[in-house]
Amino acid sequence: MEGSQAVIKCLKEQRVNTIFGYPGGMILPLFDALGKDSSIDFILTTHEQSSAHAADGYARASGKAGVCIATSGPGATNLVTGIATAFMDSVPMVIITGQVDSNLLGRDSFQETDIFGITMPITKHNFKLQSAKELIPLLRKAFALALSGRQGPVLIDIPKDFFYADIAYPENTTENKAAKPDADFIICAAEAIDEILKAERPVIIAGGGVVLGRAHKELIAFAEKYKLPVVSTLMGIGAFPNDHPLYMGFAGLHGRKSANYTVAEADLVIAVGSRFGDRQTGNIAHYIYEKHFIHIDIDPAEIDKNVHSSIGLSGDMKTILNLLMQREAVNNPDAWWKTLKKHKEKFAYEYTGKYDVPNIMHHISQTINKGDYAVVTDVGQHQMWAAQHIRRRTPRTWFTSGGLGTMGFGLPAALGIQLYYKNKKRVIHIAGDGGIKMTGSEYYTIAALRLPIISIIINNESLGMIRQLQKVYYGARYFSCNFEYKMNYVKYTESFGIRTYDVHSMDEFVEAFSNALALNEPQAIIVNAGKAFVEPMANTVSGINTFVNF
Amino acid sequence: MKHALSVLVNNQPGVLLRVVGMFSRRSFNIDSLSVGITQSPEYSRITIFFSGETHIVDQLIKQLSKIPDVAAVQLHNPEDAVYRGMTLIKIKSSESNRLDILKIAELFRARVVDVQATTLIFEITGQDEKVVAFTRLLEPYGILEIIRTGQIALERGEQTITSYKEKPGFYGKNML
Repeated sequence: MEGSQAVIKCLKEQRVNTIFGYPGGMILPLFDALGKDSSIDFILTTHEQSSAHAADGYARASGKAGVCIATSGPGATNLVTGIATAFMDSVPMVIITGQVDSNLLGRDSFQETDIFGITMPITKHNFKLQSAKELIPLLRKAFALALSGRQGPVLIDIPKDFFYADIAYPENTTENKAAKPDADFIICAAEAIDEILKAERPVIIAGGGVVLGRAHKELIAFAEKYKLPVVSTLMGIGAFPNDHPLYMGFAGLHGRKSANYTVAEADLVIAVGSRFGDRQTGNIAHYIYEKHFIHIDIDPAEIDKNVHSSIGLSGDMKTILNLLMQREAVNNPDAWWKTLKKHKEKFAYEYTGKYDVPNIMHHISQTINKGDYAVVTDVGQHQMWAAQHIRRRTPRTWFTSGGLGTMGFGLPAALGIQLYYKNKKRVIHIAGDGGIKMTGSEYYTIAALRLPIISIIINNESLGMIRQLQKVYYGARYFSCNFEYKMNYVKYTESFGIRTYDVHSMDEFVEAFSNALALNEPQAIIVNAGKAFVEPMANTVSGINTFVNF
Repeated sequence: MKHALSVLVNNQPGVLLRVVGMFSRRSFNIDSLSVGITQSPEYSRITIFFSGETHIVDQLIKQLSKIPDVAAVQLHNPEDAVYRGMTLIKIKSSESNRLDILKIAELFRARVVDVQATTLIFEITGQDEKVVAFTRLLEPYGILEIIRTGQIALERGEQTITSYKEKPGFYGKNML
């Protein structure tokens, strides 16, 4: 069997049915084989970076490995930002890059790049093929690695001549064996329960690991059992129902005050699938002051990495949460809840219906709350507003670039997510005017495929988050953040054949959004929002319950 | 504090880069590094000496263990292990001082590996302190070149690195 056909066969064996990518000389044999096979959908994006983000989005929505393919040299290097984005958010992906013929390697041949070396620190693992017979075993290993333990992207670099080589298709002999908690671990879990029962002011931080570990049901049961308040990280939005009475909000540097106060005042933090990222904790010394920590994470290396935990439990989230529920809930959290209820009331956001981004996000949230929708954001001010004001009730309905904070992630990711959800969930994509200029070319793909994504562009004619940082940390010396030269976003999205609404007031937005929801086609809403600052913004130096004044 | 790690790795392309890259990516400093084959062709063995606080060691071992091509990581206890490294020293010498230099070398059990009319080359192995003391005494004669291999470490007794081979599973990695 030809190498390229074997690759296709192996992809099918791994139950891949959608691939994103962009062609080029060194990957053409694989494209030739793909073209002859109709059982795998190939999605041609406008740029390799978008292929990677789209495959990433597909993986975040489906829980399967996202697959993207690109050629050597510039094709491969264009993937880098997309791979790094997936790596930081632990998204399973398999990336196949073509490489120059094996006998031309190391001679600076046309479009030769050491993508193996380049992607080593931004992949979970990567492979440089040495012979054609490694093709299938290593491709299988790539899928196994991407999806096992802490998930992540795996890249496999294949010299072009291996696609033509005649190889035998080896049997798939891999088997999965699940690990069982040992006696030590069970003792540890028991001590964790002791801590929980002993704590006066416990809180759960729900991170992206809950979503990845498919443990949201266990998390709800666990929180309800001990009546524990829950806050979520940026990646953990949707991991716990945002309208649940135990939910205290999204915590972090731009978190809701109710959530940040809960964490700051807690004496026990139970981190579930969160890695205590610096955007979550702010100043570590303040953060850990007079607190105990129970850290639950699938990756043992996360335990004690950023915050020293009293008890670390590393492993499958579902199993661990089940272990933690095997005891009578004899704790009494009533006093703590009295304080928390006060926080909830005191810091409740007053939605006035005024024309600003928080009210727009709230309107979106109220409108789509009960329906089957997925929210995808880009990176910047709109992302933080969305995180604060859009409520999600189920996992895999909130998508954002958390760890890497990649501007331009949103639109291509929305493409991948909508492709996975098909007509089961509709994608609401929210971006700023900065990010949309980075990967806006993907409107072409979305329009061509008639994907019913509603794309909301918050246009403040500036890089709002940069402006905000310059205001707070650089004495309001605004530099390279205002777009003085105006651009017509309506004409831009319309040029792709996408119906577009130009919005200047709350009423116009409400109408445009309702019209967009009624039509099953790609549409864009340009929200001319004006400049503003995202509040609250926690002070990074003095702790997450102190805030910057604007 | 100084630490010695032995890392057993699969003989795969780029594996040294992976291990060393992890140190640099996470800002851990390597003092000495040596790589070589083992009795089994499947594996290479990397010995790394580095300095750092105890919690860094813990984090390092966990990060190393995560690399799929890393088969085993062993942290050495100085009392239970032998450390060795080799140093070659080229020194200026003449008829008049050659015997003096050779006497010093004898005291340190350094071997002469080359004698020329105007130079000598010594080979010396063993712990750091010994090598440093030796070079200090040679300095007045004029040292032309010093070259050192990375140090290697081996645990005393029957236990070998293969007993660390079992990869930490998902469970049992509690930090109490």
